[in-house]
Amino acid sequence: MSEVLDLSHYAKPAADGTCGLDLAVEGVHCGACINRIEGAVKKLPGVTDARLNFTNRRLHVAWANGALKPGQILATLEGIGYRGHPFVPLRAEQEEAAEARRLTRYLAVAGFAAMNIMLLSVSLWSGTDMTPETRDFFHWASALIALPAAAYAGQPFFKSAWRALKARSLNMDVPITVGVTLALTMSLVETANHAASAYFDSAIMLLFFLLVGRTLEHAMRRKTRAMAGNLAALKADTAHRFLGDELVSVPVTALQAGDRLLVKPGERIPADGVVAGGSSEIDESVITGETAPRAIASGAQVYAGSMNYSGALTLRVTAAGEGALIDEIERLLEKAASAKARALRLADRASRIYAPVVHLTAALTAAGWLLAGASLHDAIVTAIAVLIITCPCALALAIPAVQVVASGALFRAGVILNAGDAVERLAEADTVVFDKTGTLTLPEPRVVNAAAVDPDLLQMAARLALSSRHPLAVALSREAVSRKPFEGAVEEPGQGVRAVIAGVEARLGSAQFCGLGNAAHTPGASLIAFSYGAQSAAIAIAQKLRPDAVEVIEALRALGLDLRLLSGDRAEAVTPVADALGIAQAQGGLKPADKIAIIEALKAQGRRVLMVGDGLNDAPSLAAAHVSLSPISATDLTQAQADAVFLGERLGPVYDAVRIARRARRLMKQNLWFAALYNAVAVPVAIAGLVTPLIAALAMSASSITVTLNALRARYQGMRS
Amino acid sequence: MNVLVYLVPLAVGLGLIGLIAFLWALRSGQYSDVDGAALRVLSDDDIEQR
Repeated sequence: MSEVLDLSHYAKPAADGTCGLDLAVEGVHCGACINRIEGAVKKLPGVTDARLNFTNRRLHVAWANGALKPGQILATLEGIGYRGHPFVPLRAEQEEAAEARRLTRYLAVAGFAAMNIMLLSVSLWSGTDMTPETRDFFHWASALIALPAAAYAGQPFFKSAWRALKARSLNMDVPITVGVTLALTMSLVETANHAASAYFDSAIMLLFFLLVGRTLEHAMRRKTRAMAGNLAALKADTAHRFLGDELVSVPVTALQAGDRLLVKPGERIPADGVVAGGSSEIDESVITGETAPRAIASGAQVYAGSMNYSGALTLRVTAAGEGALIDEIERLLEKAASAKARALRLADRASRIYAPVVHLTAALTAAGWLLAGASLHDAIVTAIAVLIITCPCALALAIPAVQVVASGALFRAGVILNAGDAVERLAEADTVVFDKTGTLTLPEPRVVNAAAVDPDLLQMAARLALSSRHPLAVALSREAVSRKPFEGAVEEPGQGVRAVIAGVEARLGSAQFCGLGNAAHTPGASLIAFSYGAQSAAIAIAQKLRPDAVEVIEALRALGLDLRLLSGDRAEAVTPVADALGIAQAQGGLKPADKIAIIEALKAQGRRVLMVGDGLNDAPSLAAAHVSLSPISATDLTQAQADAVFLGERLGPVYDAVRIARRARRLMKQNLWFAALYNAVAVPVAIAGLVTPLIAALAMSASSITVTLNALRARYQGMRS
Repeated sequence: MNVLVYLVPLAVGLGLIGLIAFLWALRSGQYSDVDGAALRVLSDDDIEQR
């Protein structure tokens, strides 16, 4: 039965009669890959354009409509050793790309203006014998550059400040907008009055520094977003859909309610649905955490992500979010989300104190000078100098700069942030709640008694297992060093595989099939038997701990975290894992609602809970916890709830995430204190009326650069390379 | 000092040309794949293979 891969869901026709397809490409490492991929794809008939973006590993292909099937592109890539995964660019990603271009334009304009005004200002500062006419000319030239540049490049701050004020709240952009506007207005008035000093340079430099911070922050977020998008495309599976009597392979995202699908043994169930025909055993550990397989037959409700073990199933797809379990999860999710008080971020807290204090100080300065007998003009100029010198530059950079560096460090450690403020919340966690199946253990079962089996025999069994699609065989085949299947291997449905190796028959499968008596049973493990001539072995397959789980748990405990284990699996399966890791507080057999109840109880004790989980049943707990992490193998709904996702087989990223976040939070606080200290020194000088434009410019640059350099210390090398 | 009256606008004008060139490069997508551009410059695909 040859199946056609139908990719019409992804191919987008364009106005000029061409068709376009975006692919996330796996395996691109170097410059040579660019030529090889583009060259091969361009040779296909009808292809008008093929361009690989090396930064985000994505290939865009365009071809004359109808000239080729998109499947051919994937086949071509596969032929030269790359795997392409089609995807639909997310709307959010496109908007962010536009936002990034906009920010870069603002930055370019602000940079241009700042440099030119600085050039004029340096002449003003050093030109002691300058005539008043020349000074006026320089001031007017500065004004001519500064005013349009500020009106254009200041937009992101003005708009954000306006939005905050409309919502009757304060953010950092409010004092920035007030400061810049007043500084520019005052400078313009002073220039018109032939005064000696103007602050165009300070106002524009403030915008420039802030835009540098914003642009970097945005670029970092885009990079992680693109990476997450690629991972999602890599994960996207295809399903076998019935088209009449024929089977067509379609991407899972193109499935609709009512479609009939075939799910073969050894495949994951691609969508939520009801079994319409066939019977099988399925492993629902991804959904419930329960590791023992469940027998299902016609009429049973099954969920996307479950592993089909023994028989082929015909499935009728139900609408997303239908089904008893999903309903329950959705209801709990809603409750958890509404119960969650949004933690106030450090930056918000700082700006709530900062803005009123600074504006009050400026007002008091003006009042004080008036009472002391100064003229109205002098009083206002001094008050505005206070606003300029307390410029929130250092304060506004203090947190974003650390955020950028920390998310870069997290990215390198294999942790991808979903939520912007996750770093701060991760640092606050004092209790970690782990799920068991797929979180502490590897998502897929592995051989657990490798030490008890003759290594040569195990290798032979693993290679033979490559010829079978049975889930136990797939688990065994992960041990194979050589990935080449034996020639002439025959699969006997329901029994096992056999092949003749070097003249001797080898069999892999059930104990009877291999002629083994009932071997000693390892609790919680499934047995697969192997025989080679007279030699034989019983290989136990079970959930296995992540390779570094023990050390990571130990290290987390050393950080002073209280560790818990809450699992949906049976208590008998939970206890050995808890014992192996030394987690005293472990509970099994929990329903999603029970997990939430325990987390809520912990929160009521004033604890900040970090929840690490992957199952669909964990999604509500992830939403209820203070902060949450989930492995990349988790179900989509679960990943969407997690604040961050970690990659790979190791548990190490969890430890790295906590360490990096704690360090980042420490640096954020240091930066805030530094900004406060700087203001404590500079404000009295400004109140006294001693600030000149030169002092203002120097103070602003020095403080901004200091906090940025301090932020760079958040670069943290992971636990191990 | 009268020379400044046209020297300063001239300097600003030259800077403006640079700014416009950058904005044009940005608009034409030259900054969309920074890592790739660094590698593409090394490729020999424009040289005849012997």
